[in-house]
Amino acid sequence: MSQTLAGARDIVLRLDRITKRFGPLVANDEISLELKRGEVVALLGENGAGKTTLMNILFGHYVADEGSVQVFGKSLPPGNPRAALEAGIGMVHQHFTLADNLSVMDNIRLGTESLFLHRSGRAAAKIKVEALSRDFGLSVNPDVRVGSLSVGERQRVEILKALYRDAHILILDEPTAVLTPQETEALFKTLRKAIARGLSIVFISHKLHEVMAIADRCVVLRHGKVVGEVDTKKTERAALAAMMVGGTVTMPKADYREAGPALFRFVGVVTPNKGATPGLKSVSLDLCSGQILGLAGVSGNGQAAIADLVSGLAIPASGDVIVLGNKVPGWSPRMAIGSGIARIPEDRHKTGTISDFSLTENAVLERYFRDGFSKRGWMDWKAAEGFASDIIAKYDVRCPGPQARIRLLSGGNMQKLILGRVLEPKPDIIVANQPVRGLDVGAIAYVHSRLIAARDAGAAVLLISEDLDEIQSLSDVIHVVCDGRLSPAFKRGSKTAAELGLWMAGHGFVESGFVESGFVGYGFDEASHAP
Amino acid sequence: MRLEPVANPTLARQLGYLAAALAATVIVASLLAMLAGADPFATLGLIVKGAAGSRFALLETLNRATPLIFTGLAVAVAFRAKLWNIGAEAQLYAGAIVAVLLGTGAIGSPLVLPVSAAAAMLIGGLMLLGPVLLKTRLGVDEVVTTLLFNFIMLLIVSWLLEGPMKDPAGMGWPKSTALIAEARLPRIVTGLRLHWGFGLAIIAAVIVWIIQTRTALGFEMRAVGQNQQAARFAGMPVNSVLIKTALLSGGLAALAGWSEVAGLKGHLSLDLSPGFGYTGIIVAMLALLHPIGVVFTALFVAGIFVGSDAMSRAAGVPTYIADMLLATALLFMVLAISLTKFRVART
Repeated sequence: MSQTLAGARDIVLRLDRITKRFGPLVANDEISLELKRGEVVALLGENGAGKTTLMNILFGHYVADEGSVQVFGKSLPPGNPRAALEAGIGMVHQHFTLADNLSVMDNIRLGTESLFLHRSGRAAAKIKVEALSRDFGLSVNPDVRVGSLSVGERQRVEILKALYRDAHILILDEPTAVLTPQETEALFKTLRKAIARGLSIVFISHKLHEVMAIADRCVVLRHGKVVGEVDTKKTERAALAAMMVGGTVTMPKADYREAGPALFRFVGVVTPNKGATPGLKSVSLDLCSGQILGLAGVSGNGQAAIADLVSGLAIPASGDVIVLGNKVPGWSPRMAIGSGIARIPEDRHKTGTISDFSLTENAVLERYFRDGFSKRGWMDWKAAEGFASDIIAKYDVRCPGPQARIRLLSGGNMQKLILGRVLEPKPDIIVANQPVRGLDVGAIAYVHSRLIAARDAGAAVLLISEDLDEIQSLSDVIHVVCDGRLSPAFKRGSKTAAELGLWMAGHGFVESGFVESGFVGYGFDEASHAP
Repeated sequence: MRLEPVANPTLARQLGYLAAALAATVIVASLLAMLAGADPFATLGLIVKGAAGSRFALLETLNRATPLIFTGLAVAVAFRAKLWNIGAEAQLYAGAIVAVLLGTGAIGSPLVLPVSAAAAMLIGGLMLLGPVLLKTRLGVDEVVTTLLFNFIMLLIVSWLLEGPMKDPAGMGWPKSTALIAEARLPRIVTGLRLHWGFGLAIIAAVIVWIIQTRTALGFEMRAVGQNQQAARFAGMPVNSVLIKTALLSGGLAALAGWSEVAGLKGHLSLDLSPGFGYTGIIVAMLALLHPIGVVFTALFVAGIFVGSDAMSRAAGVPTYIADMLLATALLFMVLAISLTKFRVART
């Protein structure tokens, strides 16, 4: 598409031999990149390959040690985000940078003009935003507070914000990580409209099929270096994958297993709404021995409530939680741990570990009060260090030693320590919430193989993920959660990704009579999908 | 110019910045002395001499350090768990009131000292319990509540000294009845003005250090302070840990007032504490919240106070210089601490 429309083919962005070092680590090693008008270039690479560092240099958040950035032929002063904005670069971060308590309009104008404009100025701004959202298919109500928007809508606000500032170069950092397949398709439609208007796009991702679908060209990074640059029409997914990881990594696949007895049950569980996040609406769920139950859904639809209930952080407003056949009267994290539940939290930095604590301290964080790690209130640090050393050896945690602070570890190694911490006591029930988010391919394969091994040993595994590929390749049975409701159980392989996507968007619930018609799911783009 | 984090500050880097902070403090202090019209070197010399130049001066410094060690520990314990106890001053006076209540004949020897110490700790702890319950139950900011308690407490003390506790033989001065001899803390060495409160303060510091590093409770306190979300997820009883922290912190602050009355003054008066509760915050911050460090920073701070008093008498420079010295020392320390963690990079 872009070839036909962008006749001039002039280069709008040129990164010339960018090098950035963090101490001994070379995050970017002489990376060069050119972006033409009306072109989509995908920046492909594993976590830690240097994609985000490169974009942060481009956007002025970091200063490159060597190399230069040129926008529309003019070199960009380093370390100046404002200059990057003024040069027409717009960035949509993976983690949105919106103020929840302000309206969509105010968020879009924040940082560019005073929020205390007189009425005619506001009206003009609103007309511009409405025109942009019509032209690019970014439907969002400009007057509502951002806090009440779904993730998909927030992303549209981020893109509108960039367009409002007359961005000619749009950088999208992992834009599809939180979207349903249908929302992703809607985003791609928007991006194609943008290209048609002469915008250029850098699309950062590690999802190969999306890169193949949207990008003209693909630049592959590995360990901070450009290892390949290919035309997406002249390559295929397997070749890109091999280039990305530097060889072939076989992802563990789980064979289907019949369920054993139910170890953990929700019966008609209801939880209250939390702000914009819906509570659970009469959810019933069985976690069975020897089975992986995959919970798919767009984030913020009730996954957190389910994870909190299993982890012991919350109790239902009504309905029952039944653990190993017993109804739990009170429920706390400590009771959950005591009942043999292994909990792998969604946020390993903020919830799973304490950054400034050593590996030893983090290893016994959940069990310091028993198992010989303390006696009558006195800590046995030798025993704790022994346990940490065992985990380090058994789970291949790469670290300076058990006394090192855990903040020094990479995400993958941090997750391995958490895995060891929760899997060593041989749990009956495992709740893994986004267990591989932000990990590189090798670490992902490792985490998945450990979960499969635990299942084969008889554990009931609840796998919560926004990544449908992950859910489909591991789960024996799949539920979709949308707006606090749970879909029926789908046996492995009985639904395609597109069908699951419809459930994620709330459609399946209406069609199968699960809910009254007229219900529209969270994050669903009405404009592009109305029948 | 921008700040970039330093992942692993070396010991040399840390010590270097500390030395720089100390040097900067001395330079600013010299400038202040010059402004006051005095010779800076002579002034600093007089402060050092006044703080540690003679046996009398040294003992005076140790005596002055005693309440500061207690309030410093109280603040260090609480701040370590991110419980912002600004009310050490109120808890100090609570401990002092208990010392008078139980030490003026209510209990006889030999129980009076241990019982009144325990009661003082309990009352001090309970004073902090209210703000903590308000924090955990209703989310009320404990900085505000504990701070306000300081003023309420001063008014209560003032009422007590004008009314129920007033010394009938005090010729109208607002001071309490004197403690009986059995309720007084003995001196460490007979004939010298140093009382056992100092010894207790050192012991308290060691106990707090052991609690923090060797016990499950200390592990919980540090975890709650570092990352409450992770501590809660790991199953730590966060609210109960905060309550235990409050009891310990308030109890330590109360011991400051208790030991001042029982060890030094022998009665309660409104000028018992020249802000020991607030200075405890400086002591704890300078020690980076380390309980053993608190002993040393308390000695340092006490030395500056005692030394400045002596210097003021000898050189005619106002004693305010002590406050300014402490303030600049704290500011440079905070700056030094951030500079060990970050490096300034040019853009």
